Amino acid sequence: MINRYAQSYRGFDYVLLDELLTDEQKAVRDSVRAWVNKSVIPIIEDAAENCAFPEHLVKELGEIGAFGPQIPQEYGGLGVDYNTYGIIMQELERADSGLRSTASVQGSLVMFPIWKYGSEEQKMKYLPALAKGEYLGCFGLTEPNHGSNPQGMETTLKYKDGKYYLNGAKMWITNSPKAGIAVVWAKNDQGEIVGCVVERGMKGFSTPEIHGKWSLRASITGELIFDDVEIPEENILPKAKGLKAPLSCLSSARFGIGWGSLGAAMDCLHVAVEYSKERIQFGKPIGQFQLTQKKLAEMITEVTKGQLLAWRVGCLAAEGKASPAMISMVKRNNVETALTIARDSRQILGGMGITGEFPMMRHMMNLESVITYEGTHDIHLLITGMDLTGLNAFG
Amino acid sequence: MKFLVCISVVPDTTTKISFVDGDTKFNTDKVQWILNPYDEWYALVRAIELKEANGGSVTVINVGGADNEQVIRKALAIGADDAIRVDAEPGDPFYVASQIANAAKSGSYDVVMFGKETISYNGSNVGGMTAELLGLPFVSYASKLEMAASTATIEREIEGGKEIVEVNTPFVCSAAKGMAEARIPNMMGIMNAKKKPLNVVAPVSVSNHTTIVKYELPPAKSACKMINPDNMDELVQLLHNEAKVI
Ligand SMILES: Cc1cc2nc3c(=O)[nH]c(=O)nc-3n(C[C@H](O)[C@H](O)[C@H](O)COP(=O)(O)OP(=O)(O)OC[C@H]3O[C@@H](n4cnc5c(N)ncnc54)[C@H](O)[C@@H]3O)c2cc1C
Repeated sequence: MINRYAQSYRGFDYVLLDELLTDEQKAVRDSVRAWVNKSVIPIIEDAAENCAFPEHLVKELGEIGAFGPQIPQEYGGLGVDYNTYGIIMQELERADSGLRSTASVQGSLVMFPIWKYGSEEQKMKYLPALAKGEYLGCFGLTEPNHGSNPQGMETTLKYKDGKYYLNGAKMWITNSPKAGIAVVWAKNDQGEIVGCVVERGMKGFSTPEIHGKWSLRASITGELIFDDVEIPEENILPKAKGLKAPLSCLSSARFGIGWGSLGAAMDCLHVAVEYSKERIQFGKPIGQFQLTQKKLAEMITEVTKGQLLAWRVGCLAAEGKASPAMISMVKRNNVETALTIARDSRQILGGMGITGEFPMMRHMMNLESVITYEGTHDIHLLITGMDLTGLNAFG
Repeated sequence: MKFLVCISVVPDTTTKISFVDGDTKFNTDKVQWILNPYDEWYALVRAIELKEANGGSVTVINVGGADNEQVIRKALAIGADDAIRVDAEPGDPFYVASQIANAAKSGSYDVVMFGKETISYNGSNVGGMTAELLGLPFVSYASKLEMAASTATIEREIEGGKEIVEVNTPFVCSAAKGMAEARIPNMMGIMNAKKKPLNVVAPVSVSNHTTIVKYELPPAKSACKMINPDNMDELVQLLHNEAKVI
């Protein structure tokens, strides 16, 4: 099934934000969009319906440059700025949040920590191959008993008889069943959070898939299980100490989600606008009824506000002035916007809106994960609340 | 082997077409501009493929204003080595062909390539005129182009079949569907394109031979009438009296 409005998708630019983008940013957007139209749109609805991760796209994502574009060129990245990275995520998520998740994890959660906290040898060993999509990586922070509160993690990396051993389990890990490596966060003998790179094939390491998801069905999710996995010292990230190391990765990914979710929102909006002009009820196109127009008007308004927020925070990030709290706001606001738009646009399509002929239900179900991972909506409210009042409402 | 690929900048295919100034000018308000698909997908990509296989260079040329540079950069991102922009409003086909021929004269190109037509004006004129002005052979509507040393074998789509043509360099040809597969520029290509030379040259003075007097849109599609399949008499009657086709 292919959504019949997919090829006429051009995004939305109500307040001429394009004038704020560089020619290069626009060229990148057009390229990723062209690739999405050619390689993703024709297969995505079936992939989601069949819960089949489109693994063949991994290499193509690498070829177009969607893996770790913000990493410097010497390590196989492209060294682009934050907004360019965001624009890439927007175009991927316009197709599917699962596809964007694959790229977010690879770039922001696997390549970023190796680049930021790894040794030179680690960078040269992993980054160029990850950038090319030669294999996937995954990021293990969440555990069965610790989601919103990662500080409580139970996984340990302990030193015994001259060797390091990893024990514990991680849950809800994007890409894990297909990943060649995992960046894993664990507590050392002193109880500090440290990071290490676990390679597939290491003894005692397994990655069972999580089945039965009604969300992100075109992305693969699993567990990471460590049963006395011996970790060579050269696989430990030397510069990562404390929770702020994994949290810095989340900031990078969350920023990408802030742009990305608007891609899903605009895809829904585009379909709703086109459908409302064609579908006739009571002798008129349904787009001519005031209640339909109210929905559409509110959607384009929220998309536009979200774009401005994402763009501005991206500019600040490029100057090193974006705080984690600002990025948290972009993620929370834009994902909620996208979810509301997915629901309202689905209503505009009536019964047709629940089928796989149009993308709304899929986006809507996907966004339920997006509003949960990388910090739940409520946790982000607490981040903004704490930033505003100085009072911690977490624990 | 030196290729010159002539690229034009045309409105995106989803553009709502309208006219201004008493229907004498195309309304460019809110138009998104793209590389003409026949130039991009077929002529440019095939030139790049042949360069990659046999060595040489690919230059792209456009006649147009500075606004076109973003689209020209896309051709560089796909893989052209350098670009020429003749800094002039493109006039009629003769004007454009004269500009291209003038710029091509000094470049000693082996192959000058065009798309078979633009998707905006569909004139198919500029290629032939350029060939004539350069005194070179012209092969139009080429759907396949193979090069062996200085001889090209070209397949042309003709009514009901194919024609195979051989021609020696230098020559001019226009590319049709089938010659190559569209290439999507990757991000590395986009970043490198910034550093490739884009030379702006002044136009030569020539006058247009034709003027557009008026544009007209095709008549709006009338509503579709549904007829019950059991009611053939009504269909015949409508085709006869209303549509007046039988
Ligand atoms: C599809 C998918 C992919 C994922 N991929 C990854 C991955 O690649 N790597 C990774 O490490 N993790 C991943 N996650 C995990 C994700 O980050 C967690 O699910 C998320 O952090 C929430 O944790 P939890 O599910 O344990 O929920 P909980 O933390 O148990 O939260 C349950 C509810 O309680 C609320 N809550 C919790 N604490 C508070 C509080 N203090 N005040 C108010 N409300 C509170 C939450 O907002 C939520 O509504 C993924 C999750 C999903 C669904």
